[in-house]
Amino acid sequence: MIRRLLYAIPTLLGISVIVFFLTRLSPGDPIRIYTFGSQTITEDDIRQLRAFYGLDQPLPVQYVTWLLGVVRGDFGMSLQYHQPALGLLLDRLPATLQLASAALILQILIGVPLGVYAALRRGSWVDNAIRVFGVAGHAVPTFWLGLLAIIFFAVTLRVLPSQGLLTVGKDQSDIVDRLRHLILPAFVLALAAIANYSRYLRTETLDVIAQDFIRTAHAKGLRNRTVVYTHALRNALIPVVTALGGLLAVLVSGSLIIEQVFTWPGAGQFTYAAARAKDYPVIMAGVMLASTLLVISYLIRDVLYAVVDPRIKAR
Amino acid sequence: MATTAQAGTLPAIAPLRRASAGLWSDAWYRLRRDRLTMASGAILTALIVLSLGAPLIAEYVFHTSFEEQSLLKAYAAPTLDPPGYLLGADEVGRSQVVRLLYGGQVSLFVGFVGMLMSLTIGVGLGLVAGFFRGYIDDGITWFITTLNSIPLIFLLILVTTLFTPGAITLTIIIGVLFWTGITNFVRGQTFALREREFVTAARTVGASSGRIMFKHILPNVLPLIFVLAAIDVGTIILAESALSYLGLGIMPPTPSWGNMLTNASSYFNRAWWLVVSPGVMVFLTVLCLYLIGDGLRDALDPRLKGAD
Repeated sequence: MIRRLLYAIPTLLGISVIVFFLTRLSPGDPIRIYTFGSQTITEDDIRQLRAFYGLDQPLPVQYVTWLLGVVRGDFGMSLQYHQPALGLLLDRLPATLQLASAALILQILIGVPLGVYAALRRGSWVDNAIRVFGVAGHAVPTFWLGLLAIIFFAVTLRVLPSQGLLTVGKDQSDIVDRLRHLILPAFVLALAAIANYSRYLRTETLDVIAQDFIRTAHAKGLRNRTVVYTHALRNALIPVVTALGGLLAVLVSGSLIIEQVFTWPGAGQFTYAAARAKDYPVIMAGVMLASTLLVISYLIRDVLYAVVDPRIKAR
Repeated sequence: MATTAQAGTLPAIAPLRRASAGLWSDAWYRLRRDRLTMASGAILTALIVLSLGAPLIAEYVFHTSFEEQSLLKAYAAPTLDPPGYLLGADEVGRSQVVRLLYGGQVSLFVGFVGMLMSLTIGVGLGLVAGFFRGYIDDGITWFITTLNSIPLIFLLILVTTLFTPGAITLTIIIGVLFWTGITNFVRGQTFALREREFVTAARTVGASSGRIMFKHILPNVLPLIFVLAAIDVGTIILAESALSYLGLGIMPPTPSWGNMLTNASSYFNRAWWLVVSPGVMVFLTVLCLYLIGDGLRDALDPRLKGAD
């Protein structure tokens, strides 16, 4: 476990190298961009500004300085808001986590039963429908689905709100209002993963059902339900935990665009807004934050993996 | 993996209908019987032909061009009269259907060329990592783990903010970022194949590492690479549409299915059909590609059929 934690360090370092050098390699000198059009600025001022921001140092030195700051949680000031970049993002992180965890719960609660049911009714029309959904759910652009959901549920039917965390001007602690705002974005965000899960579980369940110990369980006279729920499902769930890693990546990526579609004030949407404004410290902090979240969720996945499959620990 | 397919072990009395079949003709034989895959292929081909023929179709069928504006016709509902407004008109009265065709050119170009690039990088690195193992493999694996730990859309947003892409730059960016899955797959296959007898045999007669990788190992991995390639094009088209929708991919006035949705989404209470059609195009294209991928896999490796 501790070894696995140590493995995360070179990954995070690699991410920081990629993020830093990509930003620095971009054409255009940030000082010139931000002083563009200024009448009074002289070459001397530019030189001073460059020295002030450390931009006259060699790149590796700049990188180490930046990294030392990052380790202490200092990503620099947002160029737009003149506040610490990380603080701005952390303020918006709870909204993102709220949306992502809602989607995660939905995908497990819906995806797992769909997959198992399809496998148990193999070849039936339900199975075929679930399989079609498994492919289609993957091929549909989620942001477009979000737009359609807004048009249908918010504009045409007027049953659900389409924007934001809660109704502006309403009581902050109104749980029902918050949940109503959560329904559309969470479902749209979860859809691709639900499709993925149903495909995955169907395959795994079919695999497990074909094994000898299931036949043995049937042969010794256990009820069908017992066989399915205690023997088959337990084993089919093991690879599903592995799939969780990829799905979390989809969730973190997907939340950015879904937040944008539903004007959900999360960290993803904030990073995107920073990207439009070319607010580099915030973009870099946003990318690092999202990647760190992903690395942490990979770690959690590995721990879970050892929990559901004791053979891993034994090794 | 079966590189030679048995034509059948029927008794000699029954003359064989088919001559001996190689892997590809055998796969094609199975593919032709797979109606879903053939239908997907037909739809995809039609989409490609329509997109490539966009200038001709615009001129001779719809009598308009993709930039011809007509403010009086803004937000026109879908109508057959004139045929140019088959799918309605956008906020400045440009024909939606013609713009969709041109958008198809861009999306399909980014998808296919991006796939070719990521495939070249992915297969090359995968072969090298799997074949040489050791430090080279560790390095490549570490790089893949790192790249995969940055959520894709964040990485794309970082890169596209820095480079403000056109169609070609976007294709290169996507090609350079999408290869990790292919590398993982090829690496795993190469790992197993390099221990096989035919590789030892090739080495015994003095074949160089490069020759073994490309002439002996690659052909054995190739069939499933086609499967990955089809799925890859779909994934790239999805990513391109998302980026263009966010205003970080293909920039207007060049139409792409993604950036057509950017404007349409702010006018949907006046013209919801503008939101529907570009998304349907993306969905249809990607769905066809995914189904072709699935079908190809079943055809190339029948043992996997129905596994998923």
